[in-house]
Amino acid sequence: MFLLLPSANLIVSLLGISLTVLFTLLLVFIIVPAIFGVSFGIRKLYLKTLLKIFAWATSRMERGAKENHHQLYKPYTNGIIAKDPTSLEEEIKESRRSGSSKALDNTPEFELSDIFYFCRKGMETIMDDEVTKRFSAEELESWNLLSRTNYTFHYISLRLTVLWGLGVLIRYCFLLPLRIALAFTGISLLVVRTTMVGSLPNGRFKEFLSKHVHLMCYRICVRALTAIITYHDRKNRPRDGGICVANHTSPIDVIILASDGYYAMVGQVHGGLMGVIQRAMVKACPHVWFERSGVKDRHLVARRLTEHVQDKSKLPILIFPEGTCINNTSVMMFKKGSFEIGATVYPVAIKYDPQFGDAFYNSSKYGMMPYLLRMMTSGPIVCSVWYLPPMTRQAEEDAVQFANRVKSAIARQGGLVDLLWDGGLKREKVKDTFKEEQQKLYSKMIVGNHEDRSRS
Amino acid sequence: MPHDPPHSSPLWSSFKATPTAWGRSPSWGLPRLGPGCLTPLLSRHPLPRRAWILSPDEKVSQASLRRLYDRFQALDRTGKGYLSRLDLQQIGALAVNPLGDRIIDSFFPDGSLRLDFPGFVRVLAHFRPVDEEEEGNRDPKEPEPLNSRMNKLRFAFQLYDLDRDGKISRHEMLQALRLMVGVQVTEEQLESIADRTVQEADEDGDGAVSFLEFAKSLEKMNIEQKMSIRILK
Repeated sequence: MFLLLPSANLIVSLLGISLTVLFTLLLVFIIVPAIFGVSFGIRKLYLKTLLKIFAWATSRMERGAKENHHQLYKPYTNGIIAKDPTSLEEEIKESRRSGSSKALDNTPEFELSDIFYFCRKGMETIMDDEVTKRFSAEELESWNLLSRTNYTFHYISLRLTVLWGLGVLIRYCFLLPLRIALAFTGISLLVVRTTMVGSLPNGRFKEFLSKHVHLMCYRICVRALTAIITYHDRKNRPRDGGICVANHTSPIDVIILASDGYYAMVGQVHGGLMGVIQRAMVKACPHVWFERSGVKDRHLVARRLTEHVQDKSKLPILIFPEGTCINNTSVMMFKKGSFEIGATVYPVAIKYDPQFGDAFYNSSKYGMMPYLLRMMTSGPIVCSVWYLPPMTRQAEEDAVQFANRVKSAIARQGGLVDLLWDGGLKREKVKDTFKEEQQKLYSKMIVGNHEDRSRS
Repeated sequence: MPHDPPHSSPLWSSFKATPTAWGRSPSWGLPRLGPGCLTPLLSRHPLPRRAWILSPDEKVSQASLRRLYDRFQALDRTGKGYLSRLDLQQIGALAVNPLGDRIIDSFFPDGSLRLDFPGFVRVLAHFRPVDEEEEGNRDPKEPEPLNSRMNKLRFAFQLYDLDRDGKISRHEMLQALRLMVGVQVTEEQLESIADRTVQEADEDGDGAVSFLEFAKSLEKMNIEQKMSIRILK
């Protein structure tokens, strides 16, 4: 016990010194630039180093794979079955021609074999469908030094394993505490300061302060996640009185967009830490938080949105019309609510680079806290944000068509697949109207002909 | 498709990870410092042991089993280890298929409520493309493979024959037709179509279509191509 004391003192003093150094570094290199919106370029350097390491690792793995005759890349990123792109009509016509013993009959009706088409198509969707794979993390072809993205990795070489081990060490022991400290600073500053600003009387001074408080805290959060964001076409940034729509991959999207502009947000009410942040933020700035499942809430939101955009001096609104998080390979159906209001729409496309980490938030698998921890223990989050030119609803199109037009523009810019399916399929079943379309088509084939027959 | 017996790769049996230790993080969400850390040092993660136990008539390759297992896990959104009817009903493209419900029912025979992975594979094994060489080399003492022409026909027959009495009655034909056309066709038109179809296929005059009559009426049809799904390598 007695012998431990001097060494304990030494350890304590060392710890104290390192903590002070750490915090000074934090302050100088991260928080101060965040306040003023400048950057030292440390993150870019980190990115370049990582890229070099990945290139080396991939070449090493390819060599190793060739030597051992392993399969390196997952070959089925585009679907696991060979799909025949024939339509219902083509197939049934073909089966009539080949199987029917009544060769002279030109207008056949129902055949027992028609069932094969539906049966096979049904089985094909069970084996592989477009929507379900959008709700799980994207599969990478190469490895990015994170064990969680590649489950089938073979042991290749000692050097690679050492590198991976070093990566784990750096990420967990050095970066993680740094990031947590930053995140903590950022969030607490946000909560405290917005509450403070909220107690001021309404006016220009309050808005000015609120804007800078929000921006600063979001910039600190961006550094907390080591997010390296490239903004394109900043001249198209949303202006006052407009609505900004973007594709949704994770809650981090909010941080990314809000660190570059001051928006009023519309979103789902959350519990826990997010709820605390939301309640604090709404004191300083007119955000709209609502309950997704409440019908009355939706009308309220629509009304508030309309009021908000009619006042041209008000902040631009940030809204994610998909309604849920998609895994960043596609864009799903946009809900028409925000497109009915008649304001100028500023589309924004966000694309994460999957090479560095998977940012997709799968809310049915993980909670918010585990997700954030996962984000903070992985590499940098690299993404590109494109501000697209503003769009307005034309006279002859309705809200749904307008929404689809905006969606295609975003999908095209971000290089994502444009899907017609509703993101709500994550939680609910599909509507029956789609089934009726198929039934209509089929009945035309078996009964439409019947009518011809009876006439002749 | 080559069928590797499970015991050929020695590392399979030595590594005893269960599926839950792998694909899902624990609910309290700390980064997985368990088996996940050691991935570079260990071999490829194996399928659960039960999945290997294929009946001799299934003949699905290990590579295809792997893909089907990944798909099974993706469909099992809540990580239960089995699929329920709801999991399959949530596939959007299946819900718009007029025969969607019947196809789902074929996975849950005898009123069962849970679909485990072997059951999943068993139904999908019917749709394996027919390998001509394999057909020629088949040992007649072994049971007929599930993807033979007869078995594919039997599968389709069961989509019509709901009460499993071995015959498609006029009523069952009508029901199937009604599913496929919805509300687009009147009752009289549908009845006349059903009557005509049963009459044409029925040979022994009992007013219903037995399996043999069904097979005979489709003898010219290229069933092998229509009821096969090829899994990409």
